[in-house]
Amino acid sequence: MLSVLTGGLEAARLAQPPIAARVPELAPESIHAPHSALALEGVSLSFGGIHALRDVSFDLRPGEIRAVIGPNGAGKSSLVNVISGLYQADAGYIHLGGRRLRHLRPEALPKLGVARTFQNLALFPGLTVEQNVAAGLVFRRRHGLLAQLAGLPGARAEAAEVADRVRDVAGFLGITAHLHRLVSTLPYGLQKQVELARALVASPKVLLLDEPMAGMTATEKAEMAAHVRSARDRLGLATILIEHDIGVVMGLSDRIAVLDHGVKIADGTPPEVRRDPDVIRAYLGAEAA
Amino acid sequence: MSVFSASVTGARLATGFSLPVLVVLSLGFVAVPLTASPYVLEAILLPFLALSLAGLGLNLLTGYCGQVSLGSAAFMAVGAFAAYNFDLRTGLPIPVSIVLAALTAAVIGLVFGLPSLRLRGFYLAVSTLAAQFFVQWALTKFSWFSNGSPSGIIAAPVIELAGLRLDSAVGRYLFSLTIVTAITLLVHRIVSGPEGVNLIAVRDNETAAKVIGVPVLRTKLVAFALSSGIIGIAGVLWAFTYLRTVEPAGFNLDRSFQILFIVIIGGLATIRGTFLGAGLIVVFPLLLGRLSAFAFDGLIDAGLIKLIERIVLGGTIILFLIAEPNGLSAILSRLSARLRALVRRG
Amino acid sequence: MDWFELLFAAEVAVGGLLSGVMYALVAIGFVLIYKTSGVLNFAQGAMVLFAALTFVNLVERGVPFWVSVAVTLAAMTALGFGIERTVLRPLANRSPMTLFMATLGLSYVIEGAAQLIWGTQVHRLDLGISNAPFEVWGIFISTFDLVAAAIAAALVAALTAFFRFTHTGLAFRAVADDQFAALAVGLRLDRIWATVWAAAGVVALVAGLLWGARLGVQFSLSLIVLKALPVLVLGGFDSILGAIVAGLVIGATEKLAEVYIGPFFGGGIEGWFAYAVALIVLLVRPSGLFGQKRVERY
Ligand SMILES: Nc1ncnc2c1ncn2[C@@H]1O[C@H](COP(=O)(O)OP(=O)(O)OP(=O)(O)O)[C@@H](O)[C@H]1O
Ligand SMILES: [Mg+2]
Repeated sequence: MLSVLTGGLEAARLAQPPIAARVPELAPESIHAPHSALALEGVSLSFGGIHALRDVSFDLRPGEIRAVIGPNGAGKSSLVNVISGLYQADAGYIHLGGRRLRHLRPEALPKLGVARTFQNLALFPGLTVEQNVAAGLVFRRRHGLLAQLAGLPGARAEAAEVADRVRDVAGFLGITAHLHRLVSTLPYGLQKQVELARALVASPKVLLLDEPMAGMTATEKAEMAAHVRSARDRLGLATILIEHDIGVVMGLSDRIAVLDHGVKIADGTPPEVRRDPDVIRAYLGAEAA
Repeated sequence: MSVFSASVTGARLATGFSLPVLVVLSLGFVAVPLTASPYVLEAILLPFLALSLAGLGLNLLTGYCGQVSLGSAAFMAVGAFAAYNFDLRTGLPIPVSIVLAALTAAVIGLVFGLPSLRLRGFYLAVSTLAAQFFVQWALTKFSWFSNGSPSGIIAAPVIELAGLRLDSAVGRYLFSLTIVTAITLLVHRIVSGPEGVNLIAVRDNETAAKVIGVPVLRTKLVAFALSSGIIGIAGVLWAFTYLRTVEPAGFNLDRSFQILFIVIIGGLATIRGTFLGAGLIVVFPLLLGRLSAFAFDGLIDAGLIKLIERIVLGGTIILFLIAEPNGLSAILSRLSARLRALVRRG
Repeated sequence: MDWFELLFAAEVAVGGLLSGVMYALVAIGFVLIYKTSGVLNFAQGAMVLFAALTFVNLVERGVPFWVSVAVTLAAMTALGFGIERTVLRPLANRSPMTLFMATLGLSYVIEGAAQLIWGTQVHRLDLGISNAPFEVWGIFISTFDLVAAAIAAALVAALTAFFRFTHTGLAFRAVADDQFAALAVGLRLDRIWATVWAAAGVVALVAGLLWGARLGVQFSLSLIVLKALPVLVLGGFDSILGAIVAGLVIGATEKLAEVYIGPFFGGGIEGWFAYAVALIVLLVRPSGLFGQKRVERY
């Protein structure tokens, strides 16, 4: 019985001391090694004539914050969308949970331990914050409509567990005060937080964040960065972070992959990427000049 | 359950009902039967109840789950004719026949809801017309459904409960009101519980819902089945308590649009709005008729009034969409807020 | 199947194809509006009724044919501009479904108004086209249907040319492709929409005349939207070519089904058969035969 929901276990996870996130360094060729949380192998994707991704290989280690940067239209979102099964790669494989997959079904993501946020807010405006976050736990529900309507003890207990779990995550992100408001009435920065909460509530192993700080004020960005970091520290999450703010990226990530026109042109630690001439040319060109 | 229910404003009494709901219920169950004239019951309240229920069913599908259907009347017809046949051919008590009719409508609704798994938006809306035309055709074509009546006309049985004949207007009204109340409570429970989260998640952002593991396909099918089942019962009430003699042609596309209009005017995804919308739709033509009889002293003929009714109805829809997309329900909220402010100021 | 039966089947099919052209004619009115504003205009049928009623009443009052055509055209154009002003503009930026529901309301208003102005009687409309069948290779074809098909074809050709070669037409296409970009380069969306609704009005007039001559001009004329809708979903909402092909497919299969399958059901299947055909195809191709498959971005 996979009753992962048992609040106790989750609470224990949340309360754990920070997991040592520094996984031993890996040689670049061990991309598909069993200890990566996720990997892409030679993934290509095109829309008509546009090559959004060209033969991209990419790995993500447990407990790692892995930034993906690149100019507009570089293929960053496409990468995340391929991983989440919304786009189907024309070629290549996705390694996840010890399996090598051509294509993922988006419906299967939560059970595979993958959660994501979207570049453009993808909340449910007609629901409260609490309901939005709780929606992130629907995939674990064991009791159907009839049990809920009959008010069976199991269904009630489940509802209580969900409520506890939502409150935990809300507390973690500091949005408890807004739980009962309609999410559409919140300011943009808070809505981004709610989307993060909805992803975290599922206790994923892999978290995909597509520009979680876009359009935020500096304070909000700092707050979001702190959340991303402490989520990793506390839960040992492997995180893919797409972000345009180079300052944030350099400070937050363990490794950075750089995409340009669908090609991965660099990959390494922040200092390595910062020094990389290709990156400077393709991406930081304006600033370097 | 409290986790999922939207924050509720207003006092909640020990029963779990809010004060306004209790007032409406006691008016409906006690005051109306004592005071209302047969005309009010027959011409206003009985169609109002049946259409409210139909609106509620459609609102579940369209308002909460975001799937537009243009074929609601078909499910009313299925409900009415199924209940008629269950009653005729099995001799089971009427409530059992009604439950079986609801199940029949739900199953047929499920079948016609299958395209929703693949189609979206207008493609889906147009495909729901298939239900409208197919059901109407089948009920007219195969006289078995109407027990051999050539044009499909059926005469509803008298409702009997535990030896009690609910033949009078008041009797039928109370029967109808009881069913509508029960189903409204059920729908309220559904939409304010976890299933409501699923429905609205699918409506608001299907992709996000899918990615976080909301069972999108199942939710849509549940919505179609529940909605059709409820609309089916509305059809039973329409046939058994209101008109008592119905034919398939009465459940035509105009009826489907009427139900859709109830939902638009009342407000998408609100239960009380549905009742307000149904009230307006039922009362408005009567008022118009009265008004023209009074103002023009019967000089305007009935055909003309029907045309004016059509124009005003269409105009009202457009007006609501432009000026108050959240419908009468939102207007009521504003009014009651203003009223409360007035009362507080003294 | 012997030779005679085959000939009969061919005759049925040809008849079906020709009425398919008439379906396509109505469907094209929808496509025009859908392509440029993303609205499924349910009021298209009401516009057909309005145009036909206006025209036939003018003619019956002794107005010469071409003057009546001109006046009706002017009326349809005015109607188009009026709709843009009173309905579309206030609803700009709202969801396509909201706009659709507004056109549902609009169809009630137009139907009601058309009959309020011109009365509810049934009018006979004679366009002076012979209805005598003529024979080609042993198949009898209705002259009227053939002429109607020719007129429809001419209209399609004119529309295509308009979209390809005129400045306004190109602007339409730009709007259809990307509203934001079109706005950015300074195209006036409101004018384009008004023009497109007026163009749909013209299509409605042609459809109204041809259908009116066939069925008589009366309220039920507005119900041809119900014939056009399955054609529309089958072809894809945004493709004129799709509307034509789907019109032909549905016209032919419907007539053949009526003759060969209908008897097993006791007849009368034309009310839903087209929808069944469209649904089956849609399950394989969810945006119709020629509809643009919109890849969503996330
Ligand atoms: N659904 C789609 N249909 C067609 N083209 C697409 C689609 N999604 C992405 N593209 C194209 O693929 C390329 C990569 O897009 P993508 O959204 O992955 O870029 P990005 O790096 O996320 O850019 P941004 O920083 O602007 O978010 C772009 O040229 C884009 O236009
Ligand atoms: Mg992006």
